[in-house]
Amino acid sequence: MRKFKEAIIEKSLLASALVTILVTLGIILVLSFEAVNFFREVPIIDFLTDTQWTPLFSDKHFGILPLLSGTLLTSFIAIAFAVPVGLSISIYISEYAPKSFRRTIKPALELLAAVPTVVYGFFALTVVTPFLQTFIPGLSGFNSLSAGLVMGIMIIPFVSSLSEDALHAVPNSLREAAYGMGSTKLQNSFRVLVPAASSGIIVSIILAISRAIGETMIVAIAAGQQPRLTFDPTVPVETITTYIVQVSLGDVQHGSLEYRTIFAAGITLFIFTFLLNTISYRIRKKFQEKYE
Amino acid sequence: MSKKEKGIVIDKSIKRKHKLETKGVKVFYDDFMAIKGIDMTIKANKVTAFIGPSGCGKSTFLRLFNRMNDYVDGFRLEGEVRIDGENIYKKKINVEQLRKQVGMVFQKPNPFPKSIFENVAYGLRIQGINDKRYLSEKVEDSLKQVALWDEVKDDLNKSAIALSGGQQQRLCIARTLAVEPSIILMDEPTSALDPLSTAKIEELIYELKEKYSIVIVTHNMQQAGRISDYTAFFYLGELIEYDRTKKLFTNPEKQQTENYITGRFG
Repeated sequence: MRKFKEAIIEKSLLASALVTILVTLGIILVLSFEAVNFFREVPIIDFLTDTQWTPLFSDKHFGILPLLSGTLLTSFIAIAFAVPVGLSISIYISEYAPKSFRRTIKPALELLAAVPTVVYGFFALTVVTPFLQTFIPGLSGFNSLSAGLVMGIMIIPFVSSLSEDALHAVPNSLREAAYGMGSTKLQNSFRVLVPAASSGIIVSIILAISRAIGETMIVAIAAGQQPRLTFDPTVPVETITTYIVQVSLGDVQHGSLEYRTIFAAGITLFIFTFLLNTISYRIRKKFQEKYE
Repeated sequence: MSKKEKGIVIDKSIKRKHKLETKGVKVFYDDFMAIKGIDMTIKANKVTAFIGPSGCGKSTFLRLFNRMNDYVDGFRLEGEVRIDGENIYKKKINVEQLRKQVGMVFQKPNPFPKSIFENVAYGLRIQGINDKRYLSEKVEDSLKQVALWDEVKDDLNKSAIALSGGQQQRLCIARTLAVEPSIILMDEPTSALDPLSTAKIEELIYELKEKYSIVIVTHNMQQAGRISDYTAFFYLGELIEYDRTKKLFTNPEKQQTENYITGRFG
């Protein structure tokens, strides 16, 4: 009887593991299937090289570059803000802060990641943009700068928490060695600990990039909906994710070419995040070997 | 810039004799008293060995001299620790400067995950010295002092982690020597090494005492007998006996010392 129970539990655990794999496979299949249909009608060269994205207009262009530039621009701004701040926080928490402070600040920081992204989006649109407009007069109401900055705030805990774990995992003997040589705390942090934890820190940054690229709500609300091939952070842009939201919520006919564009955009996004996740997985594996 | 250049000229002409002294030293970890009042004077340019059973406080006592206990939670000191008459626990002391003068070699070899060259150059780099020729000279010089140069001279850019345990420990000693300390503290430096590597390090210690004052904690009494000029026996946070090594091992004054060195306990 006991054995039977064990078997049932084992099988149901296996089943739940399989469900996640099947769902992932299903998503990839649907994405690929619809994307292939899309590329039957639109040559892939046009998709990759055309500098306009106007599938909903009468003069249709299907160049992904404007959407890609919107995604990369907002992500770049977010990362450029989150990495220095997140890394400083992680070094402070792991090397400088008293233990009691560490216990309170870490969960508090992780709370940043728990704020609903729609709230962040609103915050960017109604607080950050007006604030930035007071000293950047040319800033549009929708722009990649404030969307990127707020997205940066959102991903700070991804960088700081994982980097702090990596710094914390550096063996104490290295700290002793560095202090024993007469290092100051700052020298110990930047010359010994950060290099020693670099693989973990890089993984945290890659995961943060991947999070930024996939982020939807903040950019949909605050960055605008105008596909535009530009690297000017003050004008409205549209990211891949925003476009997908726009079409999904719109009245595009199911099964039409316009409808399929979201799958082409989706698979582009998927390829990016998949690559980033693979790289971070590789680095993490290497990193584990180093400390064992 | 002028400050950096100044750092390159380390004065080698004056090799003062450095004497370590403690006066009524008590060490507490929270409420636990680990060192129970020790007065001791350690002679310059000699090798002094600290022996005693595990938990007797010898490592704690050793780490007082470069303030490595400062990082231990709940650490508190009473009494004075002096180097050349100066209390190293007074407020004005520059701890980083102190640690350049009082080098330390640890129980487990702990090279930085950097190249062999950068490991040895580390102490100079953090003093702001980046002159390539000077660094190369110092690195070569330090590696020669620990008899590691011939083994690694073609691999200076390889990672130090790839070296054997014995080589790593000699590298750690070279790294300490590169900043020209006057005192070297060693906390069981050979306990993680094989007999051959141990023999090499012991030989090295013997050579180094010409220029440095060496204090070594060891669990190995034969080792203490072989390499040290003076030996101190610690037990339960107290200094039981401290004398010339020969005297302490052949004709100890205290019964406890005799029991320990003859292997009756510990």
